Amino acid sequence: MTASAFPVPRLHIVTGKGGTGKTSVAAALALALAGTGRRVLLVEVEGRQGIAPLFDAPSLGYEERHLAAGLDGGEVFGQSVDADEALLDYLTMFYRLGSAGKALQKFGAIDFATTIAPGLRDILLTGKLKEAVSRAEAGRMSYDAVVLDAPPTGRIVKFLNVTVESGRLAKTGPIGKHSRSVARMLHSSLTAVHLVTTPAAMPVQETLDANKELMAADLPVGHLVLNKVAGAKAVEVEAEAINAGLERAGLTPEPALVTGLLKEYSAARAEIESIDAYRDRLEQLGRPVEELPLLPEGVDLSGLYQLARVLRPGIIGERRNG
Amino acid sequence: MAETPENPAAEPPRLDVPTEVSRPDAAPAGAPTPDAAPIAAARLNVTPAGIPGLDVDALLSNKDKHVIACCGSGGVGKTTTAAALALRAAEVHGRSTVVLTIDPARRLAQSLGVEALDNVPKAVEAVRGGSLDAMMLDMKRTFDEVVASHTTPERAAEIFANPFYQAVSSTFSGTQEYMAMEKLGQLRATGQWDLIVLDTPPSRSALDFLDAPARLARLLDGRVIRLLSASTPGARRSMLSLMGASAAVFTRVFNKVLGGHLLTDVAEFTASLEDTFGGFRKRAEATFRALQDDQTSFLVIAAPEPAAVGEAVYFTRRLTEERMPLDGMILNRLTPVAADLTAERALGAAAALEESDVDDPVAAVLRTHADLARRRAAEERVAARYAAACPEVPQRWLPTLGVEVVDLDDLRAFGATAAGV
Repeated sequence: MTASAFPVPRLHIVTGKGGTGKTSVAAALALALAGTGRRVLLVEVEGRQGIAPLFDAPSLGYEERHLAAGLDGGEVFGQSVDADEALLDYLTMFYRLGSAGKALQKFGAIDFATTIAPGLRDILLTGKLKEAVSRAEAGRMSYDAVVLDAPPTGRIVKFLNVTVESGRLAKTGPIGKHSRSVARMLHSSLTAVHLVTTPAAMPVQETLDANKELMAADLPVGHLVLNKVAGAKAVEVEAEAINAGLERAGLTPEPALVTGLLKEYSAARAEIESIDAYRDRLEQLGRPVEELPLLPEGVDLSGLYQLARVLRPGIIGERRNG
Repeated sequence: MAETPENPAAEPPRLDVPTEVSRPDAAPAGAPTPDAAPIAAARLNVTPAGIPGLDVDALLSNKDKHVIACCGSGGVGKTTTAAALALRAAEVHGRSTVVLTIDPARRLAQSLGVEALDNVPKAVEAVRGGSLDAMMLDMKRTFDEVVASHTTPERAAEIFANPFYQAVSSTFSGTQEYMAMEKLGQLRATGQWDLIVLDTPPSRSALDFLDAPARLARLLDGRVIRLLSASTPGARRSMLSLMGASAAVFTRVFNKVLGGHLLTDVAEFTASLEDTFGGFRKRAEATFRALQDDQTSFLVIAAPEPAAVGEAVYFTRRLTEERMPLDGMILNRLTPVAADLTAERALGAAAALEESDVDDPVAAVLRTHADLARRRAAEERVAARYAAACPEVPQRWLPTLGVEVVDLDDLRAFGATAAGV
């Protein structure tokens, strides 16, 4: 398989600083990618069970399960990949272990194996992703795209580059060989690592840092997503105007209310103004920047579709140009 | 669980606490109906009535408490909270304090003077009254120190050179948590500080902090490693009989999958470990038990997001099961709301103004308020899950300060808000 045969990324890895909403963005991206007749797999790897509540679905397991309809009649499936099960899966596949595998698990050997070799966990997890990306059924790919709700930016390079790490420890075994093939996919244009940030100093800085680290590790950076952008209108207003306005609207302009409103508005106004500066910093990286609105009530299923609709043009555009 | 005064306002005022006229804790009491309570709380930026309040100053001034551990999932402001509490303990309560941070954001590290990973506490400059030292954990070095302090220099050198040791000490996912506990034990043993405030590693789950040391101990001291280790043939025989046929499969598969040289490294490492450490498990258990004593206080830190609150609930249950002394929950990052007006009325008024002028600036102001109020109400609904699941745990809700915490003044402001003064 050559990278040039698949110019469009099929493995979308979504990362971001904790609290930036990367899980919601990953879920919205999966919905946006699931166009007519398309099948998308949405995966989480750390047992966080962050995906299921967004879809009002019961907890995800190792088995892939239908989660929701995509934006245009496609389908989104969900899965929570666990390293221990992935190793059992792997051993069963390569060694036909049968019931011995279960005995090993009971004895704690599986847990031991995945903890003893640093990075083995991550290889198994990324390996499982590769399997889902390249799986074919009845002459067509099982999934048109796989979206991963990945570990946060602080750990993403280590997670994706783990194949390099493990190469040192498992040079000879099949895991070594396997990890090299996973590494090839992760470093190819089949993969895109999307970085999610909010318009705040620390997450934006972490995004810039992560971009640099990913590039240094030769990992393909995809879109930058500026999430939770508050949409307030920029107006000039003072206490007197608010006083008068409240009266016109039939509200009592108590001083505390006026002061409070003014305080809130100037904070919001400062935030809107800083958004442009953050967007500029992100755009300087020369990658497409998507902007998602802050949903005041938090993200639920209808919010996910709303975010997916905003994301779609950028994603579909990428597909056409690709 | 710590005693929590029924009515914090009834406490005699402490002289060393800066006082202000407003007492947020004196929020109007009353049945927390779904509509009324969040609004009242939103206006005053406090923990809603009906939830026992966490008295942060009482905790920080309690001379019987020598360790405060701040736990919670990633992205909830653990490090900032730990640093702010430590600073307040030093400045307001005059305690000789050290804060052990794990991975502070760059600018916070700068303000604490802990940019360098030197693994030794250094005095934070410009602390007024009391004293505050700060350090950032270097897990590799801490592990090396543990090894070095328990064996001869020759043996230590052997261990340091072992590739398996290098891997475990720098990349094993439980090492950071275990070394945080080790360091805590070391700091306590010096007797140099009256109060140690501990930030916990940025784990996926807060539970990792409790589980990882045991996991690491199990790994280094466990029966599987004995089975694999050529140095303990007796253990190997007994394990073989226990496991029956699976053992043969296991060793074969293990060798094939991971490559033979890894097992050799492990065996060598275990052999060096056996006679020097006297059992990692014992050591980890002792550190763990130390966290159960009355001198320790756990604080659960959360943010008003479903995952973070869920994590806080799990962690609280686990602390209770393990009989760990949990003293309260701090909820960070609430959207600050300054005006007392429901979102519905604000939107209604905005619509009325827009009827005559679509660009009415006051309508924009009202819509901004409505967005904030809705955000805040949604956050409070999420946060209320904690009180529903853990009604007895005292809580303190904190609005976002609006600025990033980057210097000591920001930390002071954070600490004062946390204390409700």
